[in-house]
Amino acid sequence: MSPAALAWFRFRRHKAGFAGAVFLLLLAAAVWSAPLIEAALGVDAQTVDLFARYAPPSAGHLLGADDLGRDLLARLLRGGQVSLSVGLAAAFIAALIGTGLGLLAGYRGGAFDTALMRLTDGVIALPLLPLLIVLAAVDLGKLGLDDGTNASLFRVIAIVALVGWTTVARLVRAATLAARAQDYVRAARALGAGSGRIALRHILPNVASPILVATTLSVGNIILFESVLSFLGLGIQPPAASWGNMLAHAQETIWQAPRLAVWPGLLIFATVIAFNFLGDALQDALDPRS
Amino acid sequence: MTRFLAARLLQAVIVLAVMSFAVYGLIGLMPGDPIDAMIAADPELTSEDTERLKALYGLDRPVWERYLAWAGHALGGDFGHSRIYHRPALDLLAERLPHTVLLMGLAFALSVAIALPAGIFAALKANRFGDYAVNFICFAGISTPPFWLAIMAMLLFSVTLGWLPATGYPAAGDAGWAERLRHLVLPVAVLGLLSAGGITRYVRASMREALRQDYVRTARAKGLSRAAVVRRHVLRNAMIPVVTILALDMGALFSGALITEIMFGYPGMGALIYNAVMANDYNLALIGLLFATFTTLAANIAADGAYVALDPRIAFRTGA
Repeated sequence: MSPAALAWFRFRRHKAGFAGAVFLLLLAAAVWSAPLIEAALGVDAQTVDLFARYAPPSAGHLLGADDLGRDLLARLLRGGQVSLSVGLAAAFIAALIGTGLGLLAGYRGGAFDTALMRLTDGVIALPLLPLLIVLAAVDLGKLGLDDGTNASLFRVIAIVALVGWTTVARLVRAATLAARAQDYVRAARALGAGSGRIALRHILPNVASPILVATTLSVGNIILFESVLSFLGLGIQPPAASWGNMLAHAQETIWQAPRLAVWPGLLIFATVIAFNFLGDALQDALDPRS
Repeated sequence: MTRFLAARLLQAVIVLAVMSFAVYGLIGLMPGDPIDAMIAADPELTSEDTERLKALYGLDRPVWERYLAWAGHALGGDFGHSRIYHRPALDLLAERLPHTVLLMGLAFALSVAIALPAGIFAALKANRFGDYAVNFICFAGISTPPFWLAIMAMLLFSVTLGWLPATGYPAAGDAGWAERLRHLVLPVAVLGLLSAGGITRYVRASMREALRQDYVRTARAKGLSRAAVVRRHVLRNAMIPVVTILALDMGALFSGALITEIMFGYPGMGALIYNAVMANDYNLALIGLLFATFTTLAANIAADGAYVALDPRIAFRTGA
């Protein structure tokens, strides 16, 4: 069997991971076809209908309506778009930063390596949530940055990526150190390949598996962080929906319509656990020692 | 040992200094400053008044100059007054600290009480049903939004069943121990259960690693029972990394405590920091964040110390 076929075989055997992948694909398909679903049901995520406040599930509102009479299903779909986008984008950016710094530190070594490892030690040791709260509360206007319509979205992505790169950086550094001593790298150097070429063409493909696993696992964590920040009113700003900010008033509304508190939380939970299972399955599938 | 500790302490001091400057700068970038609040409170303030007030508060000076002034006072033990409570920030923090220590301590005890047996059980049942079940529950634990679990707990135990109070905590002298305990049940359970998931996974991984070692096979070969091998050989070796991870996890536990305190209206340090940041209360937010950082750094150094104390094979090396 080829390595890819073997990995696929191992991946299929990890039932929870496979189920997670299927769930995420279905979820992504659903949230990104939100406009079609809204049109088909004749609802949308923005229309406020004060006569439909806390409306129970019905033919008009399949999952009922929220405290302003907006359709809950439509808002869950739109919120899902935001939560998934934030998770994927921030994880991707963090992986890019971490890979670049990790390759550089592992390959070059020396003072840069020491400084980077001290920095990651520092970031990992910090109490993250209070710091994220401070970062999220910063007034971008005072920095001379534009407060556009998507400002809160980009801000959350930037903040999470800023503190999230350390895991990947450490992994890539360790893998690079191990790869640097291998014969194929020495052979490439003997053939006259430059540092940049060796790092990108020879070492990077060999450290790709741990990067993929760590990044998949981090998407779940990022979605959790986004939901906490949005819940506290510091992440995605209303009227845009995110699963986190849909729960912002849940503490008051559980007395009237527990539904409103249950659905967004369930979706966050299911999405995060799906990403975690997927990461676990990828680890099993891509680790040749398993 | 002394050199090692000295190096770590120096490093901690540097991190604290960098953190304090970063946080000081960031808080200055939050919307609104003390003068804005005065303008809002008193519409008769003229622009000359605001200039005068800014000079009085030192807000016309550059940020690093203000920071140095703050740091000078802080080193002398003066962390300034809280703007919203009109009291020394240090006193407020000291008042809230015991509550947070109580919450985190009980939650930590609960999570370890769950994680140790669960992780050991899962490792001994490796790749069998018990292992998969424990693993699944752990994944559920690390995938649950903490604030949502808090809401669901309130929904079940306060709204539906009416067994426990949803939020709040009685002030000192207002209620007996029984009443306080009733208010502690939900926050401690939520925080403890959520951190148990991650710790169980560490315990399980560490146990499995130890079970694979050659000395385990040797001990079995010389005729020791499986129970004796696990108790005498495996557990001791497996617990060393676990203790380290527990100490390293303090930052995460503090983050969890912050959310839990906000959710349940519990009068702890995390909620105090959050309110201070939201209300732009410079002095209070600064000392709160610095104290939280200081505590996690201290836990990290303690983790290194514990590592060496527990494992006689490791010697201290500077720079390690």
